[in-house]
Amino acid sequence: MTPFFFFILAGFAVFCAISLVSQTHPIASALSLVGVMGALAVLYLQLGAEFLAAAQMIVYAGAIMVLFVFVIMLLNAGAEQEARRVSRLARFVGMFMMAALLGIISFTIQGQFPNMGSVTFGAWVGGTAQEVGMLLFTTYLLPFEITSILILIAIVGAIVLARREV
Amino acid sequence: MPPLTFPDSVPLSWYLILSAVLFCLGVAGFVYRRNVITVFMSIELMLNAVNLTFITFSYKLKHVDGHIFAFFVMVVAAAEAAVGLAIILTVFKNRHTLLIDEVNSLKW
Repeated sequence: MTPFFFFILAGFAVFCAISLVSQTHPIASALSLVGVMGALAVLYLQLGAEFLAAAQMIVYAGAIMVLFVFVIMLLNAGAEQEARRVSRLARFVGMFMMAALLGIISFTIQGQFPNMGSVTFGAWVGGTAQEVGMLLFTTYLLPFEITSILILIAIVGAIVLARREV
Repeated sequence: MPPLTFPDSVPLSWYLILSAVLFCLGVAGFVYRRNVITVFMSIELMLNAVNLTFITFSYKLKHVDGHIFAFFVMVVAAAEAAVGLAIILTVFKNRHTLLIDEVNSLKW
């Protein structure tokens, strides 16, 4: 069943990502990004990352995307106008370069890791909240505490930036 | 006739290639879009793709350390989203535009 779910979720994620890039309205892009994040959360679950799958849904799809949608609605952002003249040649070269980048990355992955093993759902469930918490509060305690300072600075910075009189 | 058997596992490199595809789409959106909010969302897409790579290698090495890194990426993305959206808000208040081509004071 693992390949079946992988193809469904991977197809959904790629479809939503293409939709994100090609939609002109920001709200449509934001909803596509939520789709990508949901599909990725289930893929994390397949890879045994229970805690991160939950965190992905709560933090990314929940908190960050609500912030995005909130700002889009606050600014009343409409559809993007096609004002910029992009030449046909530039568009073609850009697509070609993107395909070349993807090809090089895929080639490198296949060349570096030819037989890396395979994924079966439930074969390794290491990323439970207990395991992650244990590591987070012992080995990675200092980065974790520094992260809290980072968040504090971000809060203060956001409030200062979004004040009325800037 | 032997019974039809489906493989019960996915090669690990497919996850990496899916991550590469999502990352390239994020780069394309970052370069191609003009709306600053969509550009910002493309960055989030790239961060998500990198997280998938972290978790795939974590599965391969049977270590939870990769999950910790993905967790930190998530936290930093949250902080970045808060500050970035505040900057977008300020820019919109002062210039009444969301198009990145028109926000070019640092260009000379």
